Amino acid sequence: MSFNWRWDFTWDILPRLLAATLNTLIAAGAGYAIALVLGLILALAQRTGWRGLTVAVREFVEFIRSTPLVLQIFFVFYVGPQFGIRLSPWTSGMIAIGLHYSAYLSEVYRAGIEAVPKGQWEACRAINMSTRDTYLRIIIPQALPPSIAGMGNYLVGIFKDTPMLSVIGVAELMHTANAIGSESYRFLEPYTLVGVIFLAISLPTAGLIRLFEGWVRRKLGL
Amino acid sequence: MDMSAYPLELPEGDRPMVRFMNVTKSYGKLVVLDQLNLDISEGEMVSVIGPSGSGKTTVLRMLMTLETINGGVIYVDGKPLTHMPKNGTLVPADEKYLRRMRASIGMCFQHFNLFPHMTALQNCMEGPVQVLGLSKAEARARSEELLTMVGMIDKKDQHPSRLSGGQQQRVAIARALAMRPKVMLFDEVTSALDPEVIGEVTNVIRKLVTEHNLTMLMVTHQMGFARDISDRVCFFFGGKIEEQGPPDELFGNPQRDRTKQFLSAVKDAD
Repeated sequence: MSFNWRWDFTWDILPRLLAATLNTLIAAGAGYAIALVLGLILALAQRTGWRGLTVAVREFVEFIRSTPLVLQIFFVFYVGPQFGIRLSPWTSGMIAIGLHYSAYLSEVYRAGIEAVPKGQWEACRAINMSTRDTYLRIIIPQALPPSIAGMGNYLVGIFKDTPMLSVIGVAELMHTANAIGSESYRFLEPYTLVGVIFLAISLPTAGLIRLFEGWVRRKLGL
Repeated sequence: MDMSAYPLELPEGDRPMVRFMNVTKSYGKLVVLDQLNLDISEGEMVSVIGPSGSGKTTVLRMLMTLETINGGVIYVDGKPLTHMPKNGTLVPADEKYLRRMRASIGMCFQHFNLFPHMTALQNCMEGPVQVLGLSKAEARARSEELLTMVGMIDKKDQHPSRLSGGQQQRVAIARALAMRPKVMLFDEVTSALDPEVIGEVTNVIRKLVTEHNLTMLMVTHQMGFARDISDRVCFFFGGKIEEQGPPDELFGNPQRDRTKQFLSAVKDAD
């Protein structure tokens, strides 16, 4: 075994990998958008006070969190068609990854909402606020800042989990690196580049999230 | 529960601002309030005193609909508060009815409960704008007038975290008053305050008593203050009103043993 890094090959494949990075970012972004919205719905559904709904949502969240993401991706893509739900790899991937992370994000939201003191709810009732305004104007703005760190972790998490979409043929970064490897029989450069690209995006993102959290706190005067 | 004993509405001429009629509250087997009957007239200032666990705060919380009741009916301005008339009988009120009734009641809390992400002025404007539907300009004028009244106008753009406890409580009073309630509830509003700022809050309440014809119900541990400003004082013990009367009578010449014990214990503590 000799260490044999070829720079010319590296420069050759870089544009292809960067193009695939865009796909990875789109996949992570779209999946995260689904997770953000669906997670909030799951968190609020557990607070409605309807016993059946609360239990159903709780079990759903537990189920999602206790089974592997890759299984969920296969399930949506391969089992869906048996029930007449035929989705492209991209759509299946977005749904699976969005669904998966919505379960985690719902827990982040739930913790954030529960951290808002009971007195805030009572103050809202004392000025006769509607439930909707209570959530939108008083509770969620206060639940948000302590949730941002957790939400940020899962943003980085979803980004790092996008390679799993390669198993159903989504042409993201990992999938492209594999393709390059099997065409050229060289794996060192493409895989190393994939690692560097992930690192180059993950690290600054984590820093930006901390800055964003500080900015939100100042903005809300907290 | 048989609701036929309770009128759908109190008759003209027998309409106190607040009437508790056989109101019972319990948590499981623990009875917090036992068949409470209490009338509060329009413009009256009633203080509620008693040992902790006597149910005094529960009275206020039920009026604010923060607690459900297990029996009896509360009437506010003649209308049932947590029940509504339906097919000639009283049934538990729905949210729409509750919101209509809640509009006549305002409350201040021991721990102020100001909205931390809003300035003092925004705290006061929130209800008028979002709930009453006032324009921003109207709400601002109303809020600034009230902040002036409580002596907080110069701090109107500060967030609660920048205000002392006494200042926060004065803003909280202005916020409650901005909703123009008929009945104001004060739940141990000076208990969480440093001794040197208690005066700035009691002075505001004193001003409300002398200058406004507001009906007020106040739970307090400050006997001197209660004696000073109340029209009537109720001593709660074990979920019941043990004794009530004009402050000079109740403090000066208590009739019941438990009242005497409580008052002397409180005096010793001072």
